[in-house]
Amino acid sequence: MEGKNKQNQRKRPLTGSFRADGEPLDLVEYEKAGGYEALRKALKSMAPKDVQEEVKASNLRGRGGAGFPTGQKWSFVPTGEDAPRPRYVVANADEMEPGTFKDRILMENSPHMLIEGMALAAYAIGAEHAYIFLRGEYVRSARALEMALAQARQKNYLGQNVLGSDFFSLEMHIHMSAGRYMCGEETGLLNSLEGKRAMPRTKPPYPQVSGFMGKPTVVNNVETLCNVPHIIRNGAAWFKSLSLGQDGGTKIYGASGRVKRPGAWELPLGTTIREILEGHAGGMRDGYRFRGLMPGGASTEFLVEEHLDLPMDFDSLQKAGSRMGTGTMIIMDDRTCPVGMQISLQSFFARESCGWCTPCREGLPWIVHTLNAIEDGQGEMEDIDLLLEQARLLAPGHTFCALAPGAAEPLLSGVRYFREDFERHVREKRCPWGEG
Amino acid sequence: MDKLEGKTVTVYIEGKPCQVKAEQNMLEACLSLGMDLPYFCWHPAMHSVGACRQCAVKQFKDENDKKGKIVMSCMTQAAEGMRISIKDPEAVKFRAGVIEWLMLNHPHDCPVCDEGGECHLQDMTVMTGHTYRRTRFKKRTHKNQYLGPFINHEMNRCIQCYRCVRFYNHYAGGRDFGVFGAHDNVYFGRHEDGVLESEFSGNLVEVCPTGVFTDRVFKKCYTRKWDLQTAPSICVHCSMGCNIIPGERYGNLRRIRNRYNGEVNGYFICDRGRYGFEFANSPGRIREPYLASGDVSSLAVEGPDGKNKKILAEGEVLPYLKTVIGGAKGIIGIGSPRASLEANYLLRKLAGPGNFCSGFSEAESGLMREMISILSGGPVRTPSLREAAMSDAVLVLGQDVPNTAPMLGLALRQAVRQKPMDRVLRELKIPHWNDYAVRDAMQEERGPLFMASVTGGRLDDIAAGVFHAAPDDIARIGFRVAQALSPNAPRAEGPFSAEALSFADRVAKGLKEAKRPLVVSGTGMGSLALLQAAANIAWALWEGNRNAALSLVAQECNSVGLALLGGTGINDAVRAVEEKRADTVIILENDVFDRLDLPGAEALLRARQVIVLDFLPTHTVNGLPKNHMVSVAGAAVVLPSAPFAEGSGTLVSSEGRAQRFYKVFSAGRAEESWRWLRDLMVDLGMPGSEALFSPDEVLSAMEREFPAMRGIVEAAPASDFRIDGMKVPRQPKRYSGRTAIRAAMDVHEPKPAEDADSPLSFSMEGYDGQPPSPLISRFWAPGWNSVQSVNKFQSEVGGPLRGGDPGRRLIEPSKVKQASYFTDIPGPFAPRGNEFFVVPLYHVFGSEKLSALSPGIGERVPSPYIALNTEDAKSKALSQGEEVRIDFGVVSFRLPVELDPLMPRGAAGFPFGLPGLHGVVLPAWGRISVPGAGAGGQAVE
Repeated sequence: MEGKNKQNQRKRPLTGSFRADGEPLDLVEYEKAGGYEALRKALKSMAPKDVQEEVKASNLRGRGGAGFPTGQKWSFVPTGEDAPRPRYVVANADEMEPGTFKDRILMENSPHMLIEGMALAAYAIGAEHAYIFLRGEYVRSARALEMALAQARQKNYLGQNVLGSDFFSLEMHIHMSAGRYMCGEETGLLNSLEGKRAMPRTKPPYPQVSGFMGKPTVVNNVETLCNVPHIIRNGAAWFKSLSLGQDGGTKIYGASGRVKRPGAWELPLGTTIREILEGHAGGMRDGYRFRGLMPGGASTEFLVEEHLDLPMDFDSLQKAGSRMGTGTMIIMDDRTCPVGMQISLQSFFARESCGWCTPCREGLPWIVHTLNAIEDGQGEMEDIDLLLEQARLLAPGHTFCALAPGAAEPLLSGVRYFREDFERHVREKRCPWGEG
Repeated sequence: MDKLEGKTVTVYIEGKPCQVKAEQNMLEACLSLGMDLPYFCWHPAMHSVGACRQCAVKQFKDENDKKGKIVMSCMTQAAEGMRISIKDPEAVKFRAGVIEWLMLNHPHDCPVCDEGGECHLQDMTVMTGHTYRRTRFKKRTHKNQYLGPFINHEMNRCIQCYRCVRFYNHYAGGRDFGVFGAHDNVYFGRHEDGVLESEFSGNLVEVCPTGVFTDRVFKKCYTRKWDLQTAPSICVHCSMGCNIIPGERYGNLRRIRNRYNGEVNGYFICDRGRYGFEFANSPGRIREPYLASGDVSSLAVEGPDGKNKKILAEGEVLPYLKTVIGGAKGIIGIGSPRASLEANYLLRKLAGPGNFCSGFSEAESGLMREMISILSGGPVRTPSLREAAMSDAVLVLGQDVPNTAPMLGLALRQAVRQKPMDRVLRELKIPHWNDYAVRDAMQEERGPLFMASVTGGRLDDIAAGVFHAAPDDIARIGFRVAQALSPNAPRAEGPFSAEALSFADRVAKGLKEAKRPLVVSGTGMGSLALLQAAANIAWALWEGNRNAALSLVAQECNSVGLALLGGTGINDAVRAVEEKRADTVIILENDVFDRLDLPGAEALLRARQVIVLDFLPTHTVNGLPKNHMVSVAGAAVVLPSAPFAEGSGTLVSSEGRAQRFYKVFSAGRAEESWRWLRDLMVDLGMPGSEALFSPDEVLSAMEREFPAMRGIVEAAPASDFRIDGMKVPRQPKRYSGRTAIRAAMDVHEPKPAEDADSPLSFSMEGYDGQPPSPLISRFWAPGWNSVQSVNKFQSEVGGPLRGGDPGRRLIEPSKVKQASYFTDIPGPFAPRGNEFFVVPLYHVFGSEKLSALSPGIGERVPSPYIALNTEDAKSKALSQGEEVRIDFGVVSFRLPVELDPLMPRGAAGFPFGLPGLHGVVLPAWGRISVPGAGAGGQAVE
């Protein structure tokens, strides 16, 4: 049994040590599973630069959606005697991407893992303060994290002179978000953390140079940070070997929609869509046919039947014109109206627009109005072209941040793959999926 | 400073090489090159935030890149070899798309919108070619707020450029305004209905690119921009010399707009300057010459104030005055710091140099002499407002800057950003124009601003250190700072409190470490020691740093000009009347009750003949009514003079900048004071008077007579200046109704009035290009009907106007090798047991008399009070709001107590200039008592 657990933990480092009853691992349990060994190791035998190098070598890429190499992200933090202080590490735990619930699983089940990951990140960049920016609804996560923070402080994994070292101190706090999608964007998050409106900031300067309170800051996704202790403990080579492709590690994949077993599973990075959909999620529920999916949350382009054998990794999905995003897919079935689904998506994005830049603030509501008209049988054929035109105008670079381009991705691909359904709405002057 | 400053790079726009400044972003670069590129959220004073996405252009990697990518020009730093296209079809389409988005919710109410005709959104819509409305959905709507007397709110028109909140909160430091809501429901306003607190709120009218914030005072008598007759003018409501554009229609002054002067006010003016003009439309205006006393009683008609007066007909005025003056046994001329140099100079000519009194109070006369001597005799330069805003460390010594010189206060708000901005650029490589990135990087970090003042003030929130004390103690701190900065400065002997010493040390350190330190003081406290202490600090700094600057705030719009003319003190004038050396007093645009204690004013007005030139019925004009402590008769002869917009002249600001203001319109029989005086001199046949016929001649004569005035004729082009033989029109090309405007009275179209005094004409005809900067009557360029057209008048955006900013500095520092320090250091302030040292406290709305008479400003004027230290009040068992009697000996007042914990012990604060509070020259010692029944004298008014 013990041996199987160990093996399980080696293959599924993030979730392998979870308790069966769904309660969070306390400090003793976490330590028993090898917890805080990485932090001890780093403080004892590694310079901050070594930690950065190890993470770089592991090919860990950001799990929040953009897939930026984590070690590289850290390396932009200015170091040296004159480098600005204090520095900050922020865990982006504002998991607000529709269909995404992977970070929640980690925080609810293994809160110390996040804390240890953040402590290692803080050590790597010389930060003395860390914040967990937590989605407001994640009350269970907050409770688990608070328990873990108290335990970690007591055992001196946090606080002054961590583990007796005279060179590393770290204060860590939880900040409960007031709930805006924009807070998931790292600069919007920082503004919100500072008590300002959750509007994105221009880049450059990047947060590593001018972040929280204008000081060097690294913002990492929860899942990203949770991988760090395992990389430091078991080495970059081991971490790379977990993956089926170039990028290191496992990934928590998820599936929601009309599948037999919606859920999330830690699998080798690069597992194919088909294996996740048909193997782990059990395929479509009886009476429902697969029509398409958004591979990594609401802001990724639709993929269809022909894409099912693609490996779910950053580069393969990019080549197919989509993005891996958060890796938690939303599946669309044949009994769901594609226009209605767009209304649901676009209403979300329009509502969550911060109102800062014109294209997003004004363009998205126009799209929603137009979609509603089509759905209500008031649409015109030109409306479909208008949707495409508007979506193209919301291209990256045209807008201030990635929110509106993220909204445009499912719309453009949705019209591309399901145009006939849009046209039927217009022709029949009603929603073919509607009642009656 | 920006290390890119001064460097130029070659960029390619539409494939053509262009030289642009390396520190600019590409929007600034394109606009500076004279190109048309639409924008909303960018503002030349507030820079870029990248919100509106309107200034999109195509950027290409190199000459082989045909695809390119859309970038926001405002967020793209110019770089060597950069290639962009404004005309690229995708960029053109995107910009039209942005306008279409903004128009989705913008009401089509231009015909009833006050912004119409000078709306940046209209201009940009036309520029991008968006003409057809495709959307068929409902517009979002908002509720509007009551924002006070100055600003009208119409949120439905909002295009969410965020400029208002960026100006009001971030630039001007306001706290009662903000942005609320999110997505397409963003709201700009207050948390609830109410008066906008900031004294810069009026700038929202010009900052807003459309009609969300419009001028509420203008709304009462609205006229389209193209129907306003306008001329360049200078604000008369403080000594900063802000450039303004008054607009007139149907013989009424309608509104004031900012007139860009890169060295002075830049893009903004304060609300006192914008809304103070209504006094000129006051029903109480003196509009006709009249006799008010004695020998005319048989002919008199009763005036509206119940006084007998005889209006003098056109031909009667000069002959009457000739008789009066011809029969005078000695004339005294009383000048005025709110009258033009020309008027003061001619009064001096008429009365004779020995008989010309400046018209300052006795104390202020001495202060102004000292101020001029410090600025021209010492080695330190006085900065323009632009330069003041670039200071990286500031000490304000005893002057209430926000209330006496609001625009200097706004400049200091920018100055505290300089030091951290230098760091942000140096360490983080964030360009200065990347506004939110700069602010996010700086956070609450500010450069050193130290406030030493009698009580709390509106810059304290951004100060690195605040010290409250009586004026003498503030001066002592100043001397102590000077001593810390230079061994040559005199030693300020103790005792000093530990708090005072630590403050002085921090100030000295902050100023010493700065690259461009600034010391600010002024005449507001009536303290010579303060001026001298400020000078000592500036001079001590100068020994180690030639960039040290000294800014001294004078009280009124022409205090400095008047001080350059000299003149006797006002006590001499009173004495001359009392000793019967003179029996005729000519008072120029001055109320002697503001300059003299009550008995002095009474004595002066007891002269046999009192001739007053003014436009408002002051106490000097009307005398004090019988129910006052004393009854004083007013003027015998009253001549209607022209307020600023109805006349031309020259004013000298605190910077020492001589600037010309021009007549916007003529109304009735009001004439510029200098013209009345000139005509009188000519009529009297005074020698030399015929050589003073035109303003040019007056200025030349002044320049010849006063070396300090050298250069004053260059403040603006001479009256015979023409461009291609043409004058510069005061009326826009589209000025409507010229043939019909008087048709109700006379169907014949009158000939436009002639203006021999200036290169401006009272018509639409004339040179329609850009005139020299002092003659800019309005900002307009083809396709740019809004105030944003100022871009087209500058040599580069945000820089000087083409040909240089208006005005001529008259005062420059002397080239001495060593400053001769002041050594007369006052002893510590000693409170008296039974008396309080009463100092003036200033109010931006109320302490300046003309503006306070404007109804809009009037709503903001506080009620009179007497401020006492909380402990002092407690020891006298006085509570907040309790009425006390303050007795100055010469006059007493009954006022409610205002408890002020910051007020120094033994001192009291008296609101300066509020209606009814005159007859005592401050500071002065006063006795405070609780008025018993029947006891105590009567308050003035």
